[in-house]
Amino acid sequence: MLGYIDKIREISKRLLDEGRVDMVVGFRKGSMPMMNEPSFIKNSGEVSKLVWDSNCGINLANYLTDRKEKIGVIAKGCDSRNIVTHILENKIKRDQLVIIGVPCKGMIDRRLITAMFDTEVREVNEKGDTVTVKGAGFEKKLKKSDILQDNCSKCIHRNPVLYDELAAPLVEEQKDIDRYAEVRRIEAMSPQEKWQYFEDLIAPCIRCYACRNACPLCYCPTCFVDESRPQWVGKSQDETDIRTFHFLRAYHCAGRCTDCGACERACPVGIKVRQFTSKLNKDCLDMFGWEAGVLPDQRPPLDTFKPADPGDFIK
Amino acid sequence: MEHMGVEPGRLSFSWISSAESTKFVDVVKDVTATVKALGPNNNFKKAADKVT
Repeated sequence: MLGYIDKIREISKRLLDEGRVDMVVGFRKGSMPMMNEPSFIKNSGEVSKLVWDSNCGINLANYLTDRKEKIGVIAKGCDSRNIVTHILENKIKRDQLVIIGVPCKGMIDRRLITAMFDTEVREVNEKGDTVTVKGAGFEKKLKKSDILQDNCSKCIHRNPVLYDELAAPLVEEQKDIDRYAEVRRIEAMSPQEKWQYFEDLIAPCIRCYACRNACPLCYCPTCFVDESRPQWVGKSQDETDIRTFHFLRAYHCAGRCTDCGACERACPVGIKVRQFTSKLNKDCLDMFGWEAGVLPDQRPPLDTFKPADPGDFIK
Repeated sequence: MEHMGVEPGRLSFSWISSAESTKFVDVVKDVTATVKALGPNNNFKKAADKVT
């Protein structure tokens, strides 16, 4: 994946020089290891700032919402699916975008790596499939496939679904992946166990809304949790309020979530936020045969009606 | 809702026309009976409101 950057820079420079885009949205090196941050490059002299490695987990579609200029955007598989969703939901026009597709082999889970060591991780380098982690007094080589983000290890859309330029040859998609083992485990529980499971899951939540802010789907001008007239949900730390926030947010993502993992990556207390959306993704697949952001020319199941839609729940 | 631990039966959906008064009554009776059988829901209440 490291080798991609020369091509990404070359394409970005060309697009900016030719005036095809006003800016390129990509990644630059973050101030901490494993924390690359979004970067907006507006002139071709700055393209050397762009980086690409396995720490580019942030979803860049989040920075396209309602933009008016022409944008070149670097897109992994999941970003491209969110771009498709954005186009379907009229949050950006297709002709404003030049999508620089980057076939992705997964992003590494910084929380997993941090938890492996007692002291601070100061440097993370990668070469091929080996990731070297360095800190005060230790250096360890890890296999990338062992430290992938959970959603990346289960990803079946590594290649961008929509692109104008490609930074590297397409990669082989993962096959025979059981994406919903965890959801099925919860489905098999009794109501009380389910209740307890989610109670434990959200117990550490501080309601910072980082998951919402990192999510490209959460673009409402006023989020339901911020609205005070009417106030849909209490603003306290009471477990009912926390639960209402998480479940309503998940429902808003039904049929739209691409499982990019941005929410989980952003959570400062390590809540597995994807447990909420995974069930809805599974249901959408089971009931409507739908995966979000894969088909640019079809309306999502929740904004269309088809006679064959399941309706058994209506008595 | 069931996935988050609400018992099946506590939430119901029905399609009833304004002309279907008898169906409305039947559904209301049915839903009330199901919910009564499940007993009071103490799960989704703020701490101060819990029935002890």
